[in-house]
Amino acid sequence: MTAPALQAFRTGDTPLPDIVILTHKLTRDYDMGGEVVRALQGVSLQIRKNEYVAVMGPSGSGKSTLMNLIGCLDTPTSGEYWLNAQKVSDLDDDALARIRNKEIGFVFQTFNLLPRATALHNVELPLIYAGHGARERRAQAAHALERVGLADRMGHRPNELSGGQRQRVAIARALVNEPSILLADEPTGNLDSTTSGEIMQVFAALHRQGQTIVMVTHEHDIAAHAARVVTLRDGLIATDQRQAA
Amino acid sequence: MPLFEAFRLALQTIRAQKLKSGFSLLGVFIGVASLIAAWSIVNGVNRYMTEKFAQTLYGVNTFQLRRRPMFTPNVPDSVWRAWRRRPRIKFSDAEAVSTALTVPVVTAWQSSENVSVFYGGKEARDIELTTASERYFDIKNLRITIGRPFTAQENRSGVPVAVLGDAVAKRLFVDRTPLERSVRIGGIAYRVIGVVEKQGSVLGFPLDRFVVVPAMSPAQNLVNPPGILDAFLVKARSETEMREAMEVAEGVMRSRHHLRPNQDNNFVLDTSEGIQRFWAGISRILVVVLPGVVIVSLVIGGIVIMNIMLMSVAERTREIGLRKSLGARRRDVLRQFLAESAAIATVGAAFGIVAGIGLTLLINAVSPLPASVSPASVVLGVLMGAGVGVIAGVYPASRAARLDPIAALRQE
Repeated sequence: MTAPALQAFRTGDTPLPDIVILTHKLTRDYDMGGEVVRALQGVSLQIRKNEYVAVMGPSGSGKSTLMNLIGCLDTPTSGEYWLNAQKVSDLDDDALARIRNKEIGFVFQTFNLLPRATALHNVELPLIYAGHGARERRAQAAHALERVGLADRMGHRPNELSGGQRQRVAIARALVNEPSILLADEPTGNLDSTTSGEIMQVFAALHRQGQTIVMVTHEHDIAAHAARVVTLRDGLIATDQRQAA
Repeated sequence: MPLFEAFRLALQTIRAQKLKSGFSLLGVFIGVASLIAAWSIVNGVNRYMTEKFAQTLYGVNTFQLRRRPMFTPNVPDSVWRAWRRRPRIKFSDAEAVSTALTVPVVTAWQSSENVSVFYGGKEARDIELTTASERYFDIKNLRITIGRPFTAQENRSGVPVAVLGDAVAKRLFVDRTPLERSVRIGGIAYRVIGVVEKQGSVLGFPLDRFVVVPAMSPAQNLVNPPGILDAFLVKARSETEMREAMEVAEGVMRSRHHLRPNQDNNFVLDTSEGIQRFWAGISRILVVVLPGVVIVSLVIGGIVIMNIMLMSVAERTREIGLRKSLGARRRDVLRQFLAESAAIATVGAAFGIVAGIGLTLLINAVSPLPASVSPASVVLGVLMGAGVGVIAGVYPASRAARLDPIAALRQE
């Protein structure tokens, strides 16, 4: 139960090749009607390839802010963020969109599937923005759905699927571009315990296949599935522990 | 995202939200439908005026020597009174002009009056009795479907034979043959020798309610005083030769009426130009008013679409956030919503075109206006529809594109 050794990173360095995520003194301030809220106050975190990390912390601890930064949905106020040895903390909007498309697979608490589209079409979405042709998209999307065990549900719409199945469609969508990291935000928050268990099994299987996973959760038994737990408190890392799977 | 994808997505959205899309495309629909229908009327009447009307009422390359113009819209009373004081056209005038003409022409005499025509117990009322010479049929391009026209010999001798207009034949004889039957015109018995092909109508005026008899036949007394005719018709082979003939005719008539060089003509050499000028005036007004109506409805249509699109952006904030999180760039989102609003407007325009063409056919069927669809109006309709869609979509689409993905994803 020791904290993983950090690369001794200084501004101006480049991260080691097997470090997928490196944040260096990351801060993020919000201007809330004249009052500055310092959501992150200098987070330095390194995540290696094929790690399975749970990010925990009470609400207001800054875990959502960290997720948004790691997911390239937001840019830091100061500090550096390197993704796959590429510095992304100072990229513009379109470049970030491209990174999200290629490197990050999001899984949301509320699934966020398009209600009128079939499972297959939902999974195809990232490939559309990647500019792939229709035939290729369909094949890749079908393959991703097979990976999460939904080969027989491709033509179904979200309202014809159970909660667990919907989340598996969302996972297939996150995987379809073969991203560097799977970023899950409370992936079991809307599911019962049995179904949550199923989803955790899917995550475990993906982890075994070499997928890097970062998961935000406030449930200890869900975090227990991860190999490493990072706890945030007041915008700083409070604990960072490896644990037996 | 390629444009093609954007349009496919747009059509899917429209299909999924039929009612809302239906309302939003109503404005463009009405705009384009009225554009096409109104343009069709102008176009149809235009073609009618230039092609058929001139032929039917005047004949091609034909002028008429008359006391006053045949077609006289909006004439003040004073002009009318002046016209009535003019000398009438005499048989001798026609003969003098005819002799003086140097270019090859076909000529005919013509006088007309409204009468009743009887056969047995049946009466055809309000029939235009035309006393004419034999070439009248050629000049007016009247084809005989049954029987024959009268001959020069019959005309000179004043044989009481009659050629009926289609409506007169139908009224008096229904489906029996009118040939060799005896009809009574002003108490005089006339033998029917022919029936003219159906002419239809011009702007609601029926063209088949006439009967043509030889100019020298007894009925001439019903039409004009002895020796007087309404019009002397001269048909040339070309426009140039017609102008030449008109100059000659003008000279002859001026000298016969003893006009001094500073005096105006007290007769007219009437061509289809006058009526076409009149129509050109009306169509100019339409051309000015029409775009106003169309633009107003398209602007309203655009505003409606913009509102619906703003609503749609608000409703689909989460979807936009999701798409952005999956890698959609600003321009992808912009394109998606622009395509959607353009597609709504284009679909509206397409329905508008169908309705406009339908309306045109309806106008043709139930009103005397000879409407005919102009291909240019269809093209313009589509372009305007799509254009309105794109313009109306710019603001909502740019709002969607600027959305912050985090805030958008958080929205319920």
